[in-house]
Amino acid sequence: MPGTVTEDIEIIDAGHGGGTGTPAGGDDDSGSPGSRRPVPRRAYFTALQLGLAAIVMFFMALASSYIVRKGLGTDWQRTPMPPVVWFNTVILLVSSVTIIVARRKLERGAREAFRTWWTVTTGLGLLFLVGQVIAWRGLAAAGMLLSTNPSSSFFYLLTAAHGAHLAGGIFALLYVTFRQWKRSRISQATAAELTSIYWHFMDGLWVFLLVLLTLGR
Amino acid sequence: MVTHEDGGGHGHHQAPSGFIRKYVFSIDHKVIGIQYLSLALFSVFVGMALSALMRLHLGWPTAKWFFFKGGLMTPEQYLALMTMHGTIMVFMVLTTAPQSGFGNYFLPIQIGAADMAFPVLNMLSFWTTFLSLLVMIAAFFVTGGAPIGGWTSYPPLSALGEMAGPGQGAGETLWIIGLAIFCGASLMGALNFITTLIDLRAKGMTLGRLPLTCWTWFVTAILGLLAFGVLLAACILLLLDRVAGTSFFIPGGLVVTDQVVTWHKGGSPLLWQHLFWFFGHPEVYIAILPGMGVASHLLSTFSRKPVFGYRAMVGAVCGIGFLGFCVWGHHMFISGMSPYSAFAFSILTMTIGVPSAIKTFNWLGTLWGGKIQFNVAMLFALGFVSLFVSGGLSGLFLAQPSLDLYLHDGYFVVAHFHLIMGVAAIFGMFAGMYFWFPKMFGRFLSEGIGKVHFWLTFVGVYAIFMPMHFLGLAGHPRRYFDTTAVGFLGPLQPVHVFISVAAFITISAQFLFLFNFFWSLKAGKEAKEENPWHATTLEWSIPSPPPHDNFGGVEPVVYHGPYEFSVPGAADDYIPQHLAPNLVRKA
Amino acid sequence: MLRRQEERGSTSVALAMAIFLVLMTVVTVYIFMAKVWWFPPAITNLGHEIDAQFVRTLLITGIVFVAAQFGLAIAVYKFRDHGQKATYFEGNNTMEILWTLATVVLFVGLGLYARNAWAQVHFVGASEGAIPIELTGQQFAWNFRYPGPDGKFGRTKPELVSASTGNPIGLDPTDPASKDDIVSPVAAVPAGREVELILRSQDVTHSFYVRELRLKQDAVPGMEIHIHFTANTPGEYELACAELCGLGHYRMHSVVTVMSEADYEKWLKDQAAANQ
Repeated sequence: MPGTVTEDIEIIDAGHGGGTGTPAGGDDDSGSPGSRRPVPRRAYFTALQLGLAAIVMFFMALASSYIVRKGLGTDWQRTPMPPVVWFNTVILLVSSVTIIVARRKLERGAREAFRTWWTVTTGLGLLFLVGQVIAWRGLAAAGMLLSTNPSSSFFYLLTAAHGAHLAGGIFALLYVTFRQWKRSRISQATAAELTSIYWHFMDGLWVFLLVLLTLGR
Repeated sequence: MVTHEDGGGHGHHQAPSGFIRKYVFSIDHKVIGIQYLSLALFSVFVGMALSALMRLHLGWPTAKWFFFKGGLMTPEQYLALMTMHGTIMVFMVLTTAPQSGFGNYFLPIQIGAADMAFPVLNMLSFWTTFLSLLVMIAAFFVTGGAPIGGWTSYPPLSALGEMAGPGQGAGETLWIIGLAIFCGASLMGALNFITTLIDLRAKGMTLGRLPLTCWTWFVTAILGLLAFGVLLAACILLLLDRVAGTSFFIPGGLVVTDQVVTWHKGGSPLLWQHLFWFFGHPEVYIAILPGMGVASHLLSTFSRKPVFGYRAMVGAVCGIGFLGFCVWGHHMFISGMSPYSAFAFSILTMTIGVPSAIKTFNWLGTLWGGKIQFNVAMLFALGFVSLFVSGGLSGLFLAQPSLDLYLHDGYFVVAHFHLIMGVAAIFGMFAGMYFWFPKMFGRFLSEGIGKVHFWLTFVGVYAIFMPMHFLGLAGHPRRYFDTTAVGFLGPLQPVHVFISVAAFITISAQFLFLFNFFWSLKAGKEAKEENPWHATTLEWSIPSPPPHDNFGGVEPVVYHGPYEFSVPGAADDYIPQHLAPNLVRKA
Repeated sequence: MLRRQEERGSTSVALAMAIFLVLMTVVTVYIFMAKVWWFPPAITNLGHEIDAQFVRTLLITGIVFVAAQFGLAIAVYKFRDHGQKATYFEGNNTMEILWTLATVVLFVGLGLYARNAWAQVHFVGASEGAIPIELTGQQFAWNFRYPGPDGKFGRTKPELVSASTGNPIGLDPTDPASKDDIVSPVAAVPAGREVELILRSQDVTHSFYVRELRLKQDAVPGMEIHIHFTANTPGEYELACAELCGLGHYRMHSVVTVMSEADYEKWLKDQAAANQ
């Protein structure tokens, strides 16, 4: 049922039949300030899920291209998995745990503990990205560049695409840390929840890509 | 995780002041809608200009014109015109105006919301679209000019760079980048639309009371959300093949004008086709669905009758949307794809004809028993039905691979998609424009000029595109610079002349519309009443133009379905959605 | 008020709309039925089957076309506003179900019926004894290759491609099988014998298209695509490229000549002699 009660919505009685606004036309609303109905909290979660759906489609296109390209032709050569990648994976998985801990602290009102754990998560995310760059350098040093063969092309492409999306997640983590929440439409807790859903998704996506790259090596 | 701050800081949405905040970087969905419509209006005239040049050449290939070097158009110029015509029309007109233009303006109002869920994101999506248009147009001005690979940009032609042809260097690169930017913009817009529809509906606006315009904007947004990510991936792969030496789409052993290509191997041109058409087919439904919504809406309003079979209409829209993702292979019957997959795609494609047929029957059912008023908006809606039938039926031929053996890549296909996209969808936009202009601008478009515009256009488009079927039957391939080099094309030249003449007349008629548009903004008949059409949906319950926050801070409550016309027992022949039951006048 | 003005003009507009729709429909149907512009006669058995399916489809779509456009014309005229009240009905489930079922049966049935012709082209390959001919497309020319008496195609190498020195497909002279290969910009095929066409491309995607064969097939670089046909009627038939391949796409054409068996053997001998 649309427009149902949440803590963010004011129920306005529109019992009169017209429901028409002020008679003044035009963009300029100088006559009446008109308080706008706030956007319901659940809209942010809807939007996040939709965004994730779009991201899934993007990565599915890349993944299916990977599978098709591998099945064709005879020029597929194994791209060795740089060992640092496993380390990076652990870092990312741990960061998914620390983000959960951070949110629990916030729920209990332990703001300082929240900040600490949230910052740890951010740090781990950055560490992951640094680790990925190290992985790339290792590959490049071994002579495997973007254009060397299709397997290496996909390795760089998939990790770069994931990394770019993860960087977006890090931006969100920083945003949650530094924004002035008093003036916002949603609470810091809500923003933290949204960010953590995205973060876990990035984690899961990484595991999927890792499996894909490992099986297809 | 996107919060929006409107600068007020109190959770209030105050009207912006200053020219820049009001009209340029506005976060008001109505302004953004008009910005999209303006972008589309500009783009459609650019697209028409390109096609005018094409038709000029096709009609009179040996005539000399002063604006060509040496008097004659070159093949690469023709192909560049064709590529950019298709690209600009499909993306900058058909994907923007019906959805991001009218949808942005009227979706929030029709569902009783004060704005989109994420106004700042909305503004971003417009300016990103604008950026993509700039990048695309820049392709005309770089060395080598605009690309020549068609809007479908098949590799290896599109992946090999300048060696494959003029325009395939910097021009093609800019085209790909512009398109990738457009993908981002569309994804942002789709997200906003769907969230708004799901979460911001006013009290009483159940899904079963949504106007069909909203249903089509809804399904169209879902298609866009799921399809544009795939196009983005394809663009990235193509770009990498071009600039980074990868070989996603380029096989080995190629020799291009005696030059051996040693730096690519193992790629598959078919992979691009799969990725592109997986996006491309939903894209054409994105182009047509909003027009269907407008047609349904107007046919009902101006027959003073409910839409026939509202639930079936919703089902058909959803069915078209879903099946739209299952049929992309019908663009690839001849490509070398597995013939067994081809057959499966064929049956699925025939199936998608069913919901389209249901909609057509229901449009006729809406008119039947009605009280039809022939204002210009309605004329375009009626024209839409006729054109959709004409264009849709040729699809039944093309959906059969055994017939496609003859018809693929010929003028029969050109006729098919132009009738649906290049005309029916455009008629949907015109209908919407004549209908909603008074609400957006407080004045009517001139009905007199509008009628002339309608008739010239309606007759004109049939004169342009019906003959193309016959060219196709005679075996005329598409994307041909002229008919001089192949023997069996010679006798068909008179048909080209006919089409070109019809095209020039029809294109000229569009200037009537342009004049009407700008003249009426200043001097059109004033639309003082809120509801001059006696329509039922919520936009007709607010002033023209609407105030900044649409409903004046009051959330409307919806009591009725969207098409309560000529309800027995009611005194008026329409019941607005927001009219409380106790206020409905009894006969 | 707006509506009353429309009422007055509505008969003429309604009539104009109805008349135009009827006229447009009649003219269109006439042009199709009179075959003012039509396919050239098919020269294969498969071609006749395809034509029959086309006519079937035309009949069904034609009936729907006429019914819909006429229905629109009638509705527009009959129910123009001339002071009546509209009849309030929201739909009719029975009709909805009926015409949905009818459409499913008709459309899907049509699609299934068309399976046969498609199967003949692509679900089965060429039979033993079909004449193999390789066709290579390049920007902007076609080159046919016959294997010669040894029945084998010689090796080709991209590095050896040189149109200017008469080796457009890069035939490798060191391969003994190449010696009797015949390369020609046009094709000759004997009437009544099955031909297996092997499509290749040197640079971008092209497409083999001969109207009278009712055949079209993309030639994709990196792929070797086989199609087959049996042409029955002697004559000269144009091959026009049917996939955008660059600025010369419109002039990338050739000729396939169907001739008697005897003439075909003579043609082969003449070609072989010219190639020496």
